[in-house]
Amino acid sequence: MNAIVTVVGQDRVGIIAAICVRLSSFNINILDISQTILEGNFTMVMAVDIREANASFREVQESLNELGRDMGLSIRIQREEIFDAMHNI
Amino acid sequence: MLNRKDILSTIEMIDQQHLDIRTITMGISLYDCCDGSVKRACDKITDKISHYAEKLVSTGEAIEIEYGIPIVNKRISVSPIAVIAAASDSPDYVPFAAALDKAAKNCGVNFIGGFSALVQKGMTKADEKLIRSIPEALASTDLVCASVNVGSTKAGINMDAVALMGQIVKETAALTKDRDGLGCAKLVVFCNAVEDNPFMAGAFHGTGEAERVINVGVSGPGVVHHALQAVKGAPLDVVAETVKKTAFRVTRMGQLVAMEASRRLDTPFGIVDLSLAPTPAVGDSVARILEEMGLEVCGTHGTTAALALLNDAVKKGGIMASSSVGGLSGAFIPVSEDEGMIAAAVQGTLTIDKLEALTCVCSVGLDMIAVPGNTPAETVAAIIADEAAIGMVNSKTTAVRLLPVPGKKVGDRIELGGLLGSAPVMPVHAESSSDFVLRGGHIPAPVHSLRN
Repeated sequence: MNAIVTVVGQDRVGIIAAICVRLSSFNINILDISQTILEGNFTMVMAVDIREANASFREVQESLNELGRDMGLSIRIQREEIFDAMHNI
Repeated sequence: MLNRKDILSTIEMIDQQHLDIRTITMGISLYDCCDGSVKRACDKITDKISHYAEKLVSTGEAIEIEYGIPIVNKRISVSPIAVIAAASDSPDYVPFAAALDKAAKNCGVNFIGGFSALVQKGMTKADEKLIRSIPEALASTDLVCASVNVGSTKAGINMDAVALMGQIVKETAALTKDRDGLGCAKLVVFCNAVEDNPFMAGAFHGTGEAERVINVGVSGPGVVHHALQAVKGAPLDVVAETVKKTAFRVTRMGQLVAMEASRRLDTPFGIVDLSLAPTPAVGDSVARILEEMGLEVCGTHGTTAALALLNDAVKKGGIMASSSVGGLSGAFIPVSEDEGMIAAAVQGTLTIDKLEALTCVCSVGLDMIAVPGNTPAETVAAIIADEAAIGMVNSKTTAVRLLPVPGKKVGDRIELGGLLGSAPVMPVHAESSSDFVLRGGHIPAPVHSLRN
């Protein structure tokens, strides 16, 4: 089961590192990363595999929310199917 | 593979354009709850609903979290209570409303619909008992919604029932006048009511439905509005195409959520309702979509044409996105629940006559309209009759949800709170319709009802 992690906010040193460390602590494997600066904002989209995660979806989400608050970023994780449904036939 | 632009556009729709699932509604049959004893019947009803819908809210919340899409309401619809209560010896059916209210509170849902009677051709004793119980039932419960079907294309319009509903609407307003007529916000009078509608206040679990079912209503006026901002000045066929594409995306999301809810609740999937349902929040208005098409204020000349285009394009876009479309499936124009409609009504451009015209081309009717408290019951009934006639002749669902709040005059404002919003009191015609309504009887079905 895949999920999409999106991160938007002010660019700074160590965003990708912090998020990767947090995901790895939940045993979540990163499949793809795409990152850019969009209209001055750091914008990152990650595809991750959550099948082997060692915590519930809710716990992972809360942990990422907390990390987002600490770093002044909006971080969210959503199941991939919603994007598939809306954009792929 | 998904691209970044698509992912970010979905997130923007949810964050900034109020994209959400408006409701997951579980329909539950109560046929096996009929009992000669009111108490036993009510206990069966509460137990059955509480058992079947026990996990509805927690499942809805889990889907919200995992998919990152808000699901605003979780609701229940049940078999028309007039049918279920008919076996009982009760002199009125208020205890049945209390049983529904208790079950809804046990499950944690927002509303429960189905305190209903279908009387388009005639009223049984039970139907009449139910209808006469509506004012007290709605005043003494918090979450129960009532509906009465007074007409259909096949059966014509039951004018005795229409006249009675005029009085019932007035009584309901009077009993809840301290809450600005809140009871009337939970009461819909239908023509051609549908059996699988997930939206309140008119949801009930029809007699042709399964034991239980999951129906989903999507939303997204803000997303459509935003999409149209990108095609300013373009011809109207471009507008229609843009609405179609947007409606397709929104409905695909609704279908995904409906299938997931159905799987997790081990309940068959029923339908996705394609209605564009507004909320009072700025940026979530159907009126603002019409204005984006080039109308200065919703309600001015051209509004009916614009709404016809919108309503049709929403259906065409949505129909391919869902395996089963049903319910009301059209743009809603509830005045109090739509920030742009409220503004247009306050300004006086949007009138009750124009709203009636709009209901010829969209779902669903004269919805959430505050009228003066001194409006006679016969005038309320005549408004219901007009709306039912539009539904009957055009083979479509129409409905009336009026709030004649005692003591309120044109220019006053009523506040219902939450998604029900607030509404300016709109003028109705002062000339009497009384002699027409009091004739009673039946308006025959139109000739095109004879299709066989």
